Formats: sequence, structure tokens, C-alpha cells
Amino acid sequence: MKHTVKTIVAAAILGLAGVCAAAAEPVKVGVAAEPYPPFASPDASGKWEGWEIEFAQAICKQAKLDCVITPVAWDGIIPALTTKKIDMIVGSMSITPERLKTIDFSNKYYNTPTGVIGPKSETFTATPEGLKGKTIGVQVATIHQDYANKYFAPAGATVKEYQTQDEANNDLAAGRLDAVQADAIALTDFLKTDQGKQCCELKGNVKDDPAVLGAGVGVGLRKGDTELKDKVNAAIKAIRADGTYDAFSKKYFDFDVYGG
Amino acid sequence: MRAQERSREAASLVELPPEETTVDAMALTHLPSARGFLKPHRIVLMAIAGGLVFCAIWFLRWDWLPQYAGALAWGVGVSLLMLASTSILGFAFAVPIGLVQVTGPWPLKALAQGFCTIIRGTPLLLQLWLLYYGLGSLFPQFPAIRQSFLWPYLREAWPYGVAALTFSFAAYEGEVMRGAFAGVPRGELEAARAFGMSRWKLFWRIWLPRAVHRALPTLNGETVLQLKSTPLVATITVIDVYAVVSKIRQVTYLTYEPLLLLALIYLLLTALLVVAFRYFENKIPTRSV
Amino acid sequence: MTADVINWGLLALEPPGWGGVLLAGLFNSIKIAIGGYSLGLVLGTGGACGKLYGGPVVKDLMEIYTTLVRAVPELVLILLLYYAGTDVLNRAAAALGYGTVNISGLAAGIFVIGVVQGAYATEVLRGAILAVPAGQIEAARAYGMSPLLTLRRVTLPAMLPHAIPGLSNLWLISTKDTALLAVVGFSELTLVTRQAAGATKAYMLFFCAAGALYLLLTLVSNLIIRFIEARARRGWAAPS
Repeated sequence: MKHTVKTIVAAAILGLAGVCAAAAEPVKVGVAAEPYPPFASPDASGKWEGWEIEFAQAICKQAKLDCVITPVAWDGIIPALTTKKIDMIVGSMSITPERLKTIDFSNKYYNTPTGVIGPKSETFTATPEGLKGKTIGVQVATIHQDYANKYFAPAGATVKEYQTQDEANNDLAAGRLDAVQADAIALTDFLKTDQGKQCCELKGNVKDDPAVLGAGVGVGLRKGDTELKDKVNAAIKAIRADGTYDAFSKKYFDFDVYGG
Repeated sequence: MRAQERSREAASLVELPPEETTVDAMALTHLPSARGFLKPHRIVLMAIAGGLVFCAIWFLRWDWLPQYAGALAWGVGVSLLMLASTSILGFAFAVPIGLVQVTGPWPLKALAQGFCTIIRGTPLLLQLWLLYYGLGSLFPQFPAIRQSFLWPYLREAWPYGVAALTFSFAAYEGEVMRGAFAGVPRGELEAARAFGMSRWKLFWRIWLPRAVHRALPTLNGETVLQLKSTPLVATITVIDVYAVVSKIRQVTYLTYEPLLLLALIYLLLTALLVVAFRYFENKIPTRSV
Repeated sequence: MTADVINWGLLALEPPGWGGVLLAGLFNSIKIAIGGYSLGLVLGTGGACGKLYGGPVVKDLMEIYTTLVRAVPELVLILLLYYAGTDVLNRAAAALGYGTVNISGLAAGIFVIGVVQGAYATEVLRGAILAVPAGQIEAARAYGMSPLLTLRRVTLPAMLPHAIPGLSNLWLISTKDTALLAVVGFSELTLVTRQAAGATKAYMLFFCAAGALYLLLTLVSNLIIRFIEARARRGWAAPS
């Protein structure tokens, strides 16, 4: 009885604030609001599509969760998770020690190497020596930013940070950057576009450093949300086992995106 | 005493054109007066505020501050440089924009009016992105531009930020200058002509100084508004104080501490601007009309 | 890739054109602008009355509110309010024993724009109330009207014509301020434009199209404002 009164009071207050508090809450799956093909990007009808969206849908179906795709600015995606604007992050977020201090992760769901692309007219390698004196673009708040700052900046490269991968790619094509470092798959996808085909090519993958580049990509979760974490982990295992994962991955990639 | 103050304030408000009262409503142009500061209720309020500040210092994390102090100072410098350069450039553009609308031939007049309408009718953020991502990505397709001496600058982000902020300031202040040029009493111009001044001399010696003089009171508000617009350049990779704070947020995953510090920095910068303008206003004899 | 080939088909309303997405974004922007502006008016009326007729504490609190909002960039305020506002609500809900709350992006957007607009509206309305001749208000008092009745019957109607130019400017500003919500990832016109431009690489086309939509919104608003202004100034002497 006491609880009902409390609930009514709470509902009244929240109702006043113009907030809808639903009884059976759907799980809000946060994706970065900036397009990140082929993993997640909105199409012309405003619907989100891509490998990661299909992954999220498969997980939710498997775990019998009522999921809503919620785009959030990448820049503020972790605060959005901790302030409960979203309940999980499915945004190609690598599991790193630094992030684990603030949030929790599921087991990895994919892992790919990190590559560097540059203009066709120039030859250099994806090493600190090769990028000396070059301007290199990375997406802000990513493992690539950390890696570039750790290895390339001390060697004399200028690291320029972008809100979205897309803008970094665009500035490379526009000649404002000498190189872009990012996930090799996202870069390959860019090199397949008209813009990418004309200007740029892969200069190679960087030397791995698990302390910075992390142990693959996991679903970001709030600390202490163990119930959801268990559900997600079980679902990842299940879709890996029953072939669902491979089925939708084949539509996007001709190799095993899960990694070794 | 109160009634007198009230009617004086009311009088000045009625005489000001609406644009300028709105600027005053959006930008801080007067610091709260220190007179009668120590009233009992204020001491209580200050005690509460002190308590809040103490809580903020005690319970929130500030250990990152020393590490980023240098970057923050650099960022403040960039923000101020952006503000100063675009305000001065913008004002330089505003003068001809205002002038041709009052006296220019119709094509120039239409051009200036169109410019003001477009800039004032669209968000600055969109203009910034249009210049940087739109126009900026067209340039390299022309080899002539790519090989020119300008290319090293066009590669950078700040020229686009300066351009967008300058246009914005020019459009808003241009509108003020139009009113200022139109508002110079005809008698003064006729007197100058009667003295046999040439058109140029009349412009440089009488019309322009009088118009600028009339526009001066609006400059304070417009400059504060311009300061409030500068953080937008962070979205096109210019590293100003806002960008430094964004970086801190991303590295430390803190939400409130860096943003609160940023708000405090802008509060201080605004106060600094207001004090500086008050100092110069006292040097130049102006009436508030 | 040459500038003279513009693919107008990208703006088609049906997919694969992005026109529909842009219009939906515009619709979202307008919704937030209307919501935020209305909330701002309510806050502003309260703020102006508080500043003019409130007790010393209320006056000082209002002064702090308007000083902060007028001195700190909207972008910073929007970020702070966006995170803090929802966080505080959630904690309040948790303290009352009521789990997490669903806060729609729309509600959060209206809230942040409303709080910013509220401070501006406070100043505009305060100025307008001050412009009402003191004699009119004193006369109402002399007739024995209660303060609330005076406000409703005399002060508010009499100050409206003074407030309309400022308030119409605020409306135009609120339509443009919605663009700042792009930074927190709300799909209003500016963000969907960026998404469309990023997906198609037709940056110029989409940014210009969005600019045209904003301009259209401003021009239509201007027409309506002029109509309202003419009505509100009935009975006034023609401006000299």
C-alpha cells in the first residue's frame, strides 16, 4: 500500500515534468548517432541499418528483450549510459582497461585489426617512422586516438581529432589530412566508395598493442547491471553457436569478423 | 528613489530599437551592482552558495586539473583570439553593409539585405559546417587552388571558423550600423555639405564617426553574444577551450566536473568583457541612445 | 564529382532520396522550438514577476538564473542541462523507490531550450512591464484590484505590445538554437542533414537544402510576426 502511494507520487511528479514512465520498459540500445558504415548508419528513410544493428537485433531476439535503437552522440555515449539514457552500447566500442574503470562490458562480439589509409600519391608505412611529420586523423574518444597519441604523436605526427569517422575520411579525401587511422573494416568500406577509390589506399595495419587497442569490441553496460550482462553474454554465445551470427555477417564481410 | 530609477530604465528601454533590447536580454552587459551587497538574506544565500562550492570541490573529482591546466590556458587563448579577430573583422564588414543599405545603389542594397537575411535566418552551426565540410571539400578538386600559396591555410580548420564567425558578426552588427547611419541627424550632414566638404570627407569626418559613435552601446552585447558563439568552432576541429574540455571529458569519462569548470571559465570571460567595455565606455563620452 | 553535376534526386521525398528525412528533422526542430519557447514563456513570466515583485531572496535567485544563462554559451548550457537534468530526475525517481525513468529526447530537448529561453524571456518581459506607465498600475491599485487581478487585467495586456518585438526575436532564436541539439545527438534538422551529407558525400547540396529550410521557417515566422504585431499595436500612434 505504502509502495503504491509512493508510486503514485512519483508518477505524478514525473508526469508533471513531461516524462513518460512506462511500466514494462524497453531496453534502450545506444548506437552512435554518427554514421559508421558498414556497422551502423541510417538509410534514406531514417532507419538504422548495418552489421551491428543486425547484431543488436539478433541479441535482443535471443535474450527476449524488447529493444529500441537509440542514437546518441558518440562523444557523450558513456555519460548517456551512466545517466541511464541508454541501457547498453552497441557501438563498436573496444574493451579497454581505461573504459572498464567507468563501465562494464560483455564478452567481445567482434575483433578486427587497426589500419592506416593515405592518399595514393604518397608512399609511407603505418609505423611511427612512416608517419613522421604527417597529419593523421582519428575519431575522438576511440582506441585509435589513444594509439595515435601514444605511438605517432611522439614520433612527430600531428593528431587531429574528429567527432565522426566520416568527417575524418572526408577530410582525407579533401587533402586536409595525410592519413587516417581507424578500424580496418571501416576503412576498407570507405575505400570501396567512389570518393575512397579515387583518392586513397590502405597503407597497412599498425602493430598491435592490446593495452591500448583492447581485447575486441564488446557491448557496453552499466556497472552492476549483471542481469543484463548475463543475458547478453548468453545471447552472444547462443547466436554464435546456432549460426545466426555467421548468417548475417556473410551479408557484410567475406571473412570471419569475430576474430581469433 | 525606486520610482525614479524605474522610470529612467523604462525610458531607455522604450527608445532602444527592439533588436538591441533582445541582445541585452541574451547577453550579460551589466554586472550586478555591489551596492547594498551585504544584506542579511544575501549573507545566507552566500553561505548556501559557499556550501555548494565546497560540496563541488569536496565530492567531485578534480585530480585531472593540474595535468590539463596548460591545455586549458591555451584553449582560452584560442577562444579569445577567435573572439577578437572575428569581432574586429566583422565590424569592418558591418560598416559597408550598413552603409550600402542606407545610401547604396539598389543591387548593392539588395546584396547586403540578402546577406543579412540569410546569415540571420539560419543557425551558425549549419553555416560553419557548410563552409568547412561543404565548401572546404570542394576546394581541393581545383588543382589551381591546391597548388596556390593559400592551400596550407585552406587545409586548416581555423580559417573556416574565422570566416563563419566574421560573417555572423557582420550580419548582426550590419543591421545595427544601418540604423546608426540612418539615425545621424540630417542637419549635421547638411551643415558639413554647407562647409563645402567633399563627399568622401563628409563620410570620413562626420557620417562614419557619428554612426560608429551611435552604434557603440550595442557593441558590448554583440561581443558577449559572439563570445557565446565561439565554442561552435570546436565542432570543426579547432582546439579552443571548449574542445579542450571535451577532450578531458572523453579521457576521464567525467560528465559534470569539466563542464562546470567550462561554465565558470565562460562566466569569468564574460565578466572580463563587461568590465573592459565599461572601462572604455567611460573613456568615450556616449549617451545611451 | 564535379560541381556542375548536382544530383537533385538525393532530395526526393521517398527513399533513396533524403528529402523525407530532412522534413522529418525539420518537423522535430519545430516541435522542440515550439515546446521550448512555450516553456520559456512560462518560466519568463514567472521570472519577470519574481524579479519585479518578488521578495529579496526570489529577486536574487532570478538574478543569478538570468546572469548565468546570459553569460555562458548555449552549447555549454545545453550539455550541462541535458546530462544533469535527466540525471537529477533519475535520482529523484530512484530515491522515491521508482527505478529508472524513460526520458524521451524530445522532452529533454524541450527542457534545455526552455530553460535557456526562460532566462531571455525573463529579461524581455521585465523590460516590457517596466515600459507600462506606472500610473496605470497605480490606478488599478487605487481601484482596489488585488495584485493578481492587476497583473492579469492591466499589467500583462498593457505590456504585451512592448514585449512582442523582443518575444518574436526570441522565437527566431529558439528555432535556430534547436540546431545545437545536434551536438547531443538529437535527430533534428541539422543532425539529419549531417547524416545525409555523410552518407551521400553531397555535403554542399544537403547543407544548402537545410539552410533553405531554416530560412523558410524564419521568413514564414516573420510574416506571422508582422501580422501579430499589427494586431497588437491597434490603437497605437503610427511609428514616427
